[in-house]
Amino acid sequence: MITGISIVSVWVLDQESAKEFYTKQLGFEVTNDIALDNGMRWLTVRPPGSTGQEFVLMDPSHSQLDAETAEQVRALVAKGALSPGVMATTDCHADHAVLAERGVEFTQEPADRPYGIEAVMRDDSGNWFSFTQRKGWQ
Amino acid sequence: MTSRAGVDVRSLQCLRRARDTIDRNYAEQLPIAALAEEAGYSLGHFISAFEAAYGETPGRYRSRRRVERACELLRSANLTVTEVCMAVGFASLGTFSRRFGEIVGRSPSAYQREAARVGGPAPIPGCFALMWRTGLPASAVGSD
Repeated sequence: MITGISIVSVWVLDQESAKEFYTKQLGFEVTNDIALDNGMRWLTVRPPGSTGQEFVLMDPSHSQLDAETAEQVRALVAKGALSPGVMATTDCHADHAVLAERGVEFTQEPADRPYGIEAVMRDDSGNWFSFTQRKGWQ
Repeated sequence: MTSRAGVDVRSLQCLRRARDTIDRNYAEQLPIAALAEEAGYSLGHFISAFEAAYGETPGRYRSRRRVERACELLRSANLTVTEVCMAVGFASLGTFSRRFGEIVGRSPSAYQREAARVGGPAPIPGCFALMWRTGLPASAVGSD
C-alpha cells in the first residue's frame, strides 16, 4: 500500500548554502548529513516536528547525473524553472510574515484562492514552492 | 562560474531575480533599464540575455503577464475593458488590445463576452478585484 511520499528531492546549487537557508531561514531541522563514498553528500532536512516528509537537498554535480545533464539541471534551477512542490502551512499570513522578516524571497504575497490562502516563495537556489494553507485541510 | 557547457549559473540567477521583480510588479511602470542595472547588465545585453534564458524579451514577458492577469480580471471581475487595461499596467487601450489579440486571439471585449456567456456573470465585484495585487490563477475562476 502506498502511503505517501517520504522524501522529496530538491536540486540545489550549493548544499552548504541550502543547508543554511533551510535551517536558518525556513527553520527546518537537519535529519541527515552524510558524506558517501561515491562523493555524494546525503543531506536531508524536514520541518520541525514533522514525522512525514523529508527534503533531500541534492547537488546535481555530485549525483547520479552525468556532467552535462547536471549542468542542465543547475541552469534550470538557477533560472527559476523548477518547483519541487507545495509547502503546507496552518497559517499562511503569519508564516509569510515571519519568513519574509528572515529574508525569504516571496514572488507572491499571501492571497485568497478558491482552494485556500497561497503565497509563492523561492529557496536560495531558485526553486519555487507554493506556500499554501488549504481549505478544509490541516 | 561558467561551466564547460557554457552555463553561467550566477547570470541566470540574476536574470531570474529580474523576472521575479517583473512578476511582483507587473502592473508598475518599472523601466527595463532599471531592471538591467539591478541585474548588473547593460540594457542591450540584459534584453538579449533575458531572451536567451526565457524565450522572449523582458518587455514582451511583462506584457504577456499583464495579458494573463487581464484575462483573469475579465473573467472574474465586473470591470470594464478600460478599467482592466489600466489595472494590469497598460498605458494605452490600443497597446492593450493589440497585445491581447496577439496572445489570446480575440479582442478583450469579445473575450469578456464569451466568458460571461459560458461561465455566467463575473462573480467578483470590481472594487475587490482592483484591490488585489496578485490576481487569481487561471484555473481558479471561470468555467472549465
